[in-house]
This record gives sequence, structure tokens and C-alpha cells, in this order.
Amino acid sequence: MSDAAKDAPLIAVEDLHTYYGKSHILHGVTLHVRPGEVVGLLGRNGVGKSTTLKTIMGLVRPTEGSIRLEGAPITGMAPHKLARLGIGYVPEDRRIFRLLTVMENLRTGLDRQGVSDEKKQALLDKVFNYFPVLGERRNQAGGTLSGGEQQMLAIARAMMLEPKIILLDEPTEGLMPRMVSQISNIINVLHRENVAILLVEQNVPLTLEASERVYIMEKGVVRHHAAACDLKVNDAVIHQYLGV
Amino acid sequence: MELTAILFSIPWDQIVIQTINGIVTGMILALIASGLTLIFGIMDVVNFAHGELFMLGAYIGVLVLATTGNFWLALLIATLVVALIGAAIQVVTLRPLIGRDPLTTILATFGVSLILQNYALWQFGPVARKIQEPFTGHFTLFYLEYPWYRLVIAGLSAAIIGGFWLFLKYGKYGIWIRATTQDRVMAQAMGIPVPLVYTAAFAIGAGMAAASGVLFGPLVGVNHTMGLDWVLKAFIVVVVGGMGNLVGSIAAAIFISLLEAYASIWVSPAQAVIVSFIVLILTLLFRPTGLFVPTPK
Amino acid sequence: MTKPRNTSYWIAFSIVLALLIIAPLVLPEFWRRFLTEILIWGLLAMSSDILIGYTGMVSFGHSAFFGLGMYGAAAALLMFSPPNLWLAILFGLVASALIALFVAYFSTRLRDIYFAITTLIFSQIFYVIVFTWTEVTGGENGLNFRRPPLAIPGLFSVQFTSETMHWFVLAVVTASYLILRRITRSPFGMVLQSIRENEPRTRAIGYPVERYKIVAVMLSGLFAGLAGVLYAVQNRFAAPDFIFFLVSGETVIFNVMGGIGTLVGPIVGAGFFQLMREFLSRLFGDQFPYLIPLGVVFIAMIIFLPQGLLGFARRWLNR
Repeated sequence: MSDAAKDAPLIAVEDLHTYYGKSHILHGVTLHVRPGEVVGLLGRNGVGKSTTLKTIMGLVRPTEGSIRLEGAPITGMAPHKLARLGIGYVPEDRRIFRLLTVMENLRTGLDRQGVSDEKKQALLDKVFNYFPVLGERRNQAGGTLSGGEQQMLAIARAMMLEPKIILLDEPTEGLMPRMVSQISNIINVLHRENVAILLVEQNVPLTLEASERVYIMEKGVVRHHAAACDLKVNDAVIHQYLGV
Repeated sequence: MELTAILFSIPWDQIVIQTINGIVTGMILALIASGLTLIFGIMDVVNFAHGELFMLGAYIGVLVLATTGNFWLALLIATLVVALIGAAIQVVTLRPLIGRDPLTTILATFGVSLILQNYALWQFGPVARKIQEPFTGHFTLFYLEYPWYRLVIAGLSAAIIGGFWLFLKYGKYGIWIRATTQDRVMAQAMGIPVPLVYTAAFAIGAGMAAASGVLFGPLVGVNHTMGLDWVLKAFIVVVVGGMGNLVGSIAAAIFISLLEAYASIWVSPAQAVIVSFIVLILTLLFRPTGLFVPTPK
Repeated sequence: MTKPRNTSYWIAFSIVLALLIIAPLVLPEFWRRFLTEILIWGLLAMSSDILIGYTGMVSFGHSAFFGLGMYGAAAALLMFSPPNLWLAILFGLVASALIALFVAYFSTRLRDIYFAITTLIFSQIFYVIVFTWTEVTGGENGLNFRRPPLAIPGLFSVQFTSETMHWFVLAVVTASYLILRRITRSPFGMVLQSIRENEPRTRAIGYPVERYKIVAVMLSGLFAGLAGVLYAVQNRFAAPDFIFFLVSGETVIFNVMGGIGTLVGPIVGAGFFQLMREFLSRLFGDQFPYLIPLGVVFIAMIIFLPQGLLGFARRWLNR
């Protein structure tokens, strides 16, 4: 891949405005993610981080602005088409299919057209390799898994789509502290697989460790944009926007 | 002494007969209710037109039977044709209403039921038609000549429901339907084409209703109002069984049909329907989530 | 701002009322009765609007209230000689109120869809009871009786003519409309509307939502029963067909076509529906299944014109 192509954004969001009913949540969000990049999205509660992810995923329709995937406009496309184009989504509170088994959860992403049986098996093997617990519990109902296991399942399920980018919404929320390092490992795994990640998080250290670049949002817009290493050194900005 | 007297006065032969009758009717009702439950469970739509799909299936069965003379072909074709009609109905009237107040779907399907009913009346007239059983043949049950066909209906309905259950549990599309029923949003995020799944589910439900119509046709006359009684019973079954609960609907269908069958030993069939109403009222009073649903913790 | 709007409303109201008063004098007999029946169905639809339009509860139970109001009146007219109009009204209202209370008790705790189904089932329960209890209700054939005179005992007694019947119905319907209008604008009515808008929030604020709903159902049932009484007096018979849930369904159609939540809309909807039916059967013959095109129009209106004819007219006037 030439350098120019490598630098072209995978996801480019421009001036996004989104409403929930009458509430104006996003006031013109602009950001981009390059192929294989891990990009963090920080901000206090309620600034619109999750809404940004939902809008990119097509779950909420923006009133203004554009979203492009590899240069092609995808604004307003149906979520299931976006999933097939390579956007994976792992929401807050995981939302695995509780009444389906682990295997069936994985199959929702695995059973796609044009994927050979060998490929499917390879994907399953890979995922069970990374998450042995899921392999052990493959015939158990999703609802019987612990919080951390459900988070793994949610991510594994998204990986079944062989996505180009995964939108990760607060993966560490509600997890015990020792699971947080697990999440860190998983993000590294995805990065090694060359899957881009747009990571929304409240956990600042984790985000700064895992990401290459970070956006900081406030009141529905991106207020600051810097390389993660810069922010690690100069944390005044973090204090200013997040009060941590 | 009194015990034996009581035991002798109970009309055992009638009870056995009515048990069989109840199971037969119950299986048909279960088949109808399954379609209704599927549609409600997956897309929160109360399909008022379900009884009319049942009726349409019966009429198409009449037509195919008249031209080909083959009952099983009639069953197959009626199921497929009504499934297609169901898909068309969903796309034209229900898809535009996705995201709107769910009560609009009740009204819309009610409108469809009026259209279908009056269409049938217009095209076929008020006189009832008959579907011939695919085979005659009775066995002696006490003092009755009980037709084999009735048992076959029950068996077939059970088979169809069983097949459907297997499809839901193991098939790829079965997983799609179950995932969509549980979490429509995440199903979409996993690449499942939810609008298509809705249409397919409606079509399947419609097909099941049509199959019931053809199977049940030989037992009653086929006429344009046959849907009304059944849709009402089906609704009661679905509410009593727990809305969206497939197993519950089946259990409720058999339960209510058995009770009604027993009641008809002593009262007229027109009055026996009150049984289902009483069951409904009791369910609403004491276990509104469904008679066969474990009370939510 | 409100004052000129108010006066123009009352002017429009008076004009329409005047037209309706004059109508029987100029219309031929058929259309006279037709208009009277529209008013009666309009009253039924108005009562249904209290639930659908103002409280946000779709009910298929109106046929029960309507039908039992009819039978209540029938009872009074058959049991007492000479037939007494006011007794008929009383019996009809009591019957429908009791039924409404019964239905309300079971159904109001249920949310939307279950409420609709349950009210439908109750309509059918009453249908079956009335249909099969032939000794009391006349079963399938219903009951026939004489029309009572417009009388105040001791003062005067006048037999109804077609015109006076129309004026009587008009008076009752107008009075009902004014009363309902007053109620929907009262604090009680405001609570109903907030239940429609956001039930959990209304409950959270502290309103006993179930009680309000029960009162709404009873109010609705009362006026539906009144419509039943009027129908009985106008037509001199009561039949179980009117309890069959399809009547509720048609009422809901009137509501949707006219515009829910407007009180006037349902009357317009009733009129529109009946006129279209008449028009279609004149054009295509009696056997023409008028419900097919009307059904299509109904569905189209749900999808494209959810505000009904009145909403459409309003938007058109505001252009």
C-alpha cells in the first residue's frame, strides 16, 4: 500500500448534526480515522460521544453533515448495510443476544454471503484462541455469562464481520479493574489484526495508552485534537475538559 | 358407594371423545396462534388480518382442489400464495409504519382485514364452500364413527409447528429471526437485514395461517366470516399464553380448546366459547403476563 | 390572539348548527334520516375520541357500550307502558355505564395493545351473551319496540316526526359535544392528554393514572351508550349486530378519517364514511363491496394523513 493510500481516512466525519427528538445533541462533529488506527474519543458524560458512534453506525440519522467510508458517502445508509461494508459496533452495555448461545451470537456475524466454510472455521478458531473462555462456554446462553465475558463476546461477535473498523463504546464500563487490562489486550489484538478502532471511553489512562490520536468533545463538538503521546505529557488539557 | 355412583354418572365416553376433539381443535388453534405470536414477538404488530389470511388460505384451497382434485397440492399452493400475499401486505401497509406508534399497526391490519373479508364476500358470495377431506375413513370410538382425518390434521399441525420450531432453533435464518426478536438494533448492527426479516416473518406467519385454513376446511364450511371467530380465539390464546411466547401459545391453545370441548358436553357450542373468555379474564386478573409463563422475578 | 380565534370558532359553530337545524326542512326524507344517523354515529365516534384522541387508548369496546345503551333503552321501552323517553335514556346510560365500569376495571391496567385486544374481546363476550340469551334479549333477531313520545309527564306529549326526531338528536349531540368540549379543556382533560403524551411521566408526577383512565373509559362509555339510546329511539329496534366488534372498528375508522383528538373530526369522519358508502353503492350498485375502497382509503390515511381530514383541512387553510 502506498503511503498516500495508507493515509487516506477510513472513516471521515464532517460537520455532523444530530437530534434526539427536539434535543440538539451533535453540533457539528468533525473527525477522521485512518486504516488500522486506534483513535480515542474522550469527553464528559452527555457530550455526545455515544451519539457520534450511533450516527456513524446509521442507528441515528443526522440532520446535517456527511460520513464517508473510504471516500464513499454512507450518510443515512441502513445499519445492516454498514455492517456488511465493514463497520463493527460494540455498544455500551454490550447488548449481546442474551437468549442466544455464544455460538449463535457469533453466527449472527459469521453467517455472511461469500464466506467459505474454511474461512468461517478459521475465524472461529482465531476468536476462540484469543478468548478461550468463549470457546469453553460456546453452547451456553449469552445471558449466563459474566460482565467481562459478555464484553468479550460483544467484541468477538463484531470481529466475525471481519470489519475494517470497530466502534467501541465504553468497553470498560461496569467491569472490575482487573478486567480493564484485558480490554487493553483486546484492543492490542485488534490493532495487530489491522482493524481500526474508534474508542469512546471514560477511562483516560487506558485511552491514552491504547490510542494513537485522541479527540476531546464538549457539548456536541470536538474541542481538541492531539496525538496521544502529547496528551500524556501535557495533561492540562485533560484536566480542562474532563476535570480528572 | 357414592363414589362409584359418581364415577358411573360421569359421561366418560363423551369425555374421551371431547378430549380428542379438543386436541384436534387445539392443534389448529396452536398453528394459527403461532403465526400471530411470531409476528407480534418479532415486530410488535398485532395482526388483525390474521383470521382473514386463514380464510384466504381456505378459499385458495377450495379453488386449487376444484381444478386439480389434489388436497395436498391445495395445501401447498394455498400456503405459498398466502405467504406471498402476506409479504405484500407487510411491505405496503406495515413497512411505512415502522417507527410510528404501534397502535397504527392495529388499525392498519384492521383495515386490511376488512378489505380481505369483503373481497372474499364479493368474489365467492355468502354461501359456504366445502373442501373435501383427502381421505375418508373412520374408526369406531364408542358409539361414534370418528374420522381418521381429524387425527391427521392434529398430527400435521404438530408437524408444521415442530418444523417451524426446528427452523427457528437451528437454521441460519432462524437465528436471524430470534436475534431480531430480541434486539432489533443490534441485529442490524450485525448485518442482519431487519426489514427483510420482518417481511419474511410476516410471510411465514401468513403461510401458517393459510395452512390451518386448508387443514381445517373440511371440518367446517369455508366462508368469508370464518376468520372472525378464529382470530378472536387466537388473540385470547396469545394473551393467555404470554404474548410473544411460542410454547405458551401452543399450551394455551390446547388448554382452552380442551376446556371448551368439555364444556360443550353440557352447553351449546355457541355458549361454550364463553369458557375462553373466562380463562382470559382470570388470566388478566391473576397472571397477566401469561398463564404458562413463569411469573417474572 | 385567542379572542379573534375564539369568535371565529363560535361563528363557524353557529353556522354549522344553523345548517343542521334547517336541513330537515329542505331535505327529502331519505337524506333527513341519513343526516340524523350521521349525527348518531358521530356521537359514538366522539365518545371514542375521548379515549383514542385524548387519552391515547385505542378501544374496540365501543360497540359494547353502544349496543348495551341500545338494549337498555329497549328494556325501558318494553317494560314500561306507556313508553317513556326519559326512562329509556336513563336505562341506557346506566347500562352502558355499568358495562364501561366492568370493562374499565379489567382493561385499564393493561398497556396500549393489550388494552385494545381486551376491549375487543369484551365486546365479543357481550355479543355472545346477548346473541345466545334469547329469552331476555331476543337473541339473533333483537327486539322491536315502539318509539316513545317526546313527553314531560303531566305537561305535554308529542309524537316524534322525522323532523322533530332530527332536532332532538341534534340537540342531544350538540349538548354532548359542548359538554365533552368543556371536559377536554378542563384540568381533567389536560391530565388525560398528558397521559397520552407521556404516561410514565404523568405517573411519576404523581397522578393516579389508572383512576383517570377508568373515568375516561366510563365517560366514553356513557356517551357511547347515549348514542345507542338515540339509535334505538330513532330506529325502534335493538340487535346484537351492533355489539359485534366490527362496529367498534368502524367507529375507529370514523375517528381516524376525521382526525383524532378533535371531537369534531370524528363526526366529520362519520359523515365522510357514510356519504362515500352511499355514493359508491349508488354508483356501482348495492352489492358493491364498498368496504374495499373505503378500507384502502382508511389505510392510506393512516400512512399518509395521520391527522385525518380535519388535520388536512387545517394545514390547507394555513397555507
